[in-house]
Amino acid sequence: MASDNVNDGRDARDAGDEAAAGAGLSTAPAQEDETPAAADAPREGGTVHPGSFGGARRPGAAGAAGWLAREVTGWTRWAWRQLTSMRVALILLFLLALGAIPGSLIPQSDANALLVEEFKADNDLLGRVYERLQLFDVYSSVWFSAIYILLFVSLIGCIVPRTWQFTGQLRGRPPRAPRRLDRMPAYTTWRTGADPEQVLGAAQRVLKRRWFRTAPGEGSVAAEKGYLREAGNLLFHLSLIVMLVAFGTSQLFYSEGGKLVVEGDGFSNTLPQYDDFSSGTLFDVDHDLDPFGFTLNEFTAEFSREGPDLGTPTVFRADITYWTPDGTETDATVQPNQPVVIGDSKIYLLGHGFAPVITVTDGQGRTAYSGPVPFLPQDTALTSTGVVKVTDYLDENGEPEQLGFQGFFNPSYAIDEVRGPHSTFPDPDLPVLTLTAYHGDLGLDSGIPQNVYQLNTRKLEQFTDEDGEPFRFDLLPGESIDLPDGKGTISYEGYERWATFKVSTKTGNGWALTGALAAVAGLAGSLLLQRRRVWVRATTDEAGRTVVELASLGRTESARIPEELADLAAALQPDAPMIPESSDQGARA
Amino acid sequence: MNLAMSEELADLSNYLIYSAMAVYTLAFLAHIAEWLFGSRSKVARTAAALTADAEAVPAQRGADTIGVTVRGKGGSTDVLERPAVVTRSASPRRDAVPDGPGAAAGDEKGDLYGRIALSLTVLAFLMHLAAVVVRTVAVERAPWANMYEFSTSFSMTVVGAYLLFLLAKKNVAWLGLPLVATVLLDLGLAVAVLYTDSTQLVPALDSVWLIIHVALAIGCGALMYVAVVSTVLFLFRDSYENKLASGGTPGKLATSVLERLPSSLSLDKFSYRITAAVFPVWTFTIIAGAIWAENAWGRYWGWDPKEVWAFITWVAYAAYLHARATAGWKGRRAAYLGIAGFVCYLINYYGVNMFVNSLHSYSGL
Ligand code: HEM
Repeated sequence: MASDNVNDGRDARDAGDEAAAGAGLSTAPAQEDETPAAADAPREGGTVHPGSFGGARRPGAAGAAGWLAREVTGWTRWAWRQLTSMRVALILLFLLALGAIPGSLIPQSDANALLVEEFKADNDLLGRVYERLQLFDVYSSVWFSAIYILLFVSLIGCIVPRTWQFTGQLRGRPPRAPRRLDRMPAYTTWRTGADPEQVLGAAQRVLKRRWFRTAPGEGSVAAEKGYLREAGNLLFHLSLIVMLVAFGTSQLFYSEGGKLVVEGDGFSNTLPQYDDFSSGTLFDVDHDLDPFGFTLNEFTAEFSREGPDLGTPTVFRADITYWTPDGTETDATVQPNQPVVIGDSKIYLLGHGFAPVITVTDGQGRTAYSGPVPFLPQDTALTSTGVVKVTDYLDENGEPEQLGFQGFFNPSYAIDEVRGPHSTFPDPDLPVLTLTAYHGDLGLDSGIPQNVYQLNTRKLEQFTDEDGEPFRFDLLPGESIDLPDGKGTISYEGYERWATFKVSTKTGNGWALTGALAAVAGLAGSLLLQRRRVWVRATTDEAGRTVVELASLGRTESARIPEELADLAAALQPDAPMIPESSDQGARA
Repeated sequence: MNLAMSEELADLSNYLIYSAMAVYTLAFLAHIAEWLFGSRSKVARTAAALTADAEAVPAQRGADTIGVTVRGKGGSTDVLERPAVVTRSASPRRDAVPDGPGAAAGDEKGDLYGRIALSLTVLAFLMHLAAVVVRTVAVERAPWANMYEFSTSFSMTVVGAYLLFLLAKKNVAWLGLPLVATVLLDLGLAVAVLYTDSTQLVPALDSVWLIIHVALAIGCGALMYVAVVSTVLFLFRDSYENKLASGGTPGKLATSVLERLPSSLSLDKFSYRITAAVFPVWTFTIIAGAIWAENAWGRYWGWDPKEVWAFITWVAYAAYLHARATAGWKGRRAAYLGIAGFVCYLINYYGVNMFVNSLHSYSGL
């Protein structure tokens, strides 16, 4: 403003006045750069160390100790201020985002350990470097943890004083009107015939009716509104802490296991029954697993048979009956997106496939094996591979031996040059079992745990046909085939479906959800509400008329704040009717 | 509904998309004409405002209204419908800079083309909307199951938001050209690369949370896009004003284009307000996703690439909002963070769907 140039002296005083008017409108820390104080000049003599907090060091051990203590507390306070400053919070947020990136590009061992192994096999050196940097376990790595722990320390260090400050503000009063209201971000004025007391009284009523907190002052009224913004902001940051704690708790107490169940078979919720299982360090496997079990009565899968979606699934459904310790049995259905909840455990449906029912008779005509054998799907048309291991077997001479079969189960069988035997549709339209057979030692006694879906052929000999080619056969349900040299028969009775389930317990989900929803509510308050102050002043001018001045100051520059001021001015009209002015005197400055 | 009918409807939806694209193209050309004609008029209000020692302009007062003056430190005024209020803002000098007059810059022909462009955009939007609705009917589910559908819904929401802003009398007409251009790009990509016949919803996606989570994600993305366009333009306009303020002379083209945009302050505020409003919703979107993941996979958070990038996007926007609240970081630095946030959103959408092995790879490709 042009007039500003001539009254610099008054400006300085006004600036302080205006700063006071806006003080405490937010609890956000100011950006301060505190560096070791050289300003602490030596008062009592001694050596001064520039750039130190300790100030002057007096001679002698006591002097040194005192200096050291001041130095340490000084630096600690400085570090703490840095850590809890907005700038460091910003940098830590940035680092958190940056640090999360590698985990989305490099395979992670808790998501897919197999991919990690593959990666390491393919990239020897890089694999070792990544391993060192914990890049296969980014989200539990030391450095990632360090970032978020620092962030949350910073958060707590920030939130506690702010909450304190905020409660202070809630108990205090809005600061009194600054001398020059016309320098506030939004301002209005008019003259009226009503006397000042009446105007101020009316203003206070109008403001109160609009949920402002008001404080009458000398010839003016101060008012403030929108504390919920600050409350929302604090709630949001607190909720972040709640969510982190809930997340951490769930890591300590979770349990999660997978189980493949063939139709007609059952499962009971004990550790040995699981195919795979993992749990948090504080989960007590012996006591914390819910006592229940279930039987898979039927698994239904339906697939689209026409149109562009040929072969895509439309229905997956596992009908189960579960029992609980009180002896009740309940029928339930597990579907994708619809887990069944029993106690603290949730049962999810994860996958499905086929299990051909196979009977093997040995060289002595005894039944050596009979039952469904789950084959694992390799593609969406359920081309499945699997093995049959027969241990309880006597050969044609009555000598104990072992048999192994390996091959394909294809629900809709097809064969071609490129792909070999495969399936063209996931429904069992032509469910062919294609196997090759081995005899010898399955290697089960070696003590090394074996994958039930793989055959270790090192000590096995493959059966061959008359031409010396590997003995290989296709079977349809109900068919059987004799093994060469009177070694027995294998029959393919039919097939069952199987489903894989995940049983998991999670502690802290409720807290995580509560925290998350509170965070959203807090955010909405923090970002959508405005905290603002309004001042009304009524003075008498030289002509004896009352000059009404209204001004408002918001935390952010929102268009709604001047609009609100205009509304307030309009609402004051009945009590402070305006005296029309002949000439425009808007620029009262 | 039988298959033949739903295929016919799906085809109809495709034709509508093609038609919408054709009309958007015409709107694009009309916008170009608007900018070209607008360049004939010489406007140089910015330099004047930045260099002149502007007087405080008295607020307009009617005889019987109360003058509420919204004052800028330099003296710009806003006349509100009700009493005028003077405001001023934290960044002193910039306050004086008036918003540009828009693409047509008062040129009569330019203005005509601007209105043609807007009418065409409305027409194209209606076709676009119809295409999405027909697709919904054809597939008998929410139209958000693959990237083709995401993309068509996304650009529809962008245009819808733009038109709503216009309807609410917000000063957003300057968004017309960049928005229509990118909507064309998005639809072109959808039709040429992402298209899939697939209509079925696999059981894994069949959940109310699909509707909530995906609809919100698309809506947030669309608004964040509008915000980021404003942020990018802010950066250009800010450099332009800086140059003028320091006595430089920007190039002719830069002057012609940037002079017609809103002031850097307005652009910055516009994108901040949108981002601030979207951020809580985006937060809820991620929560909805977590609830869904808990339902589908038995864990609400598993650091799957899609989840990771949603998180990164969220953190980037949180950093942006923090930056805005931190004195030394306002302005350009905050703007870079806002742009980074949207880039993260894009990486999550295109990158993770198409190139990364994720549980969430539902691109339909
Ligand atoms: C865990 C990570 C954090 C996230 C995601 C986060 C997010 C946010 C968001 C979204 C806002 C709203 C911005 C606004 O009101 O304009 C905000 C405000 C704020 N945050 Fe954080 N924050 C985090 C950590 C911190 C930390 C560590 C501090 C303290 C050093 C802090 C201090 C503040 C302050 C003071 C405000 C209020 C600014 C204002 O009054 O406008 N935040 N934060």
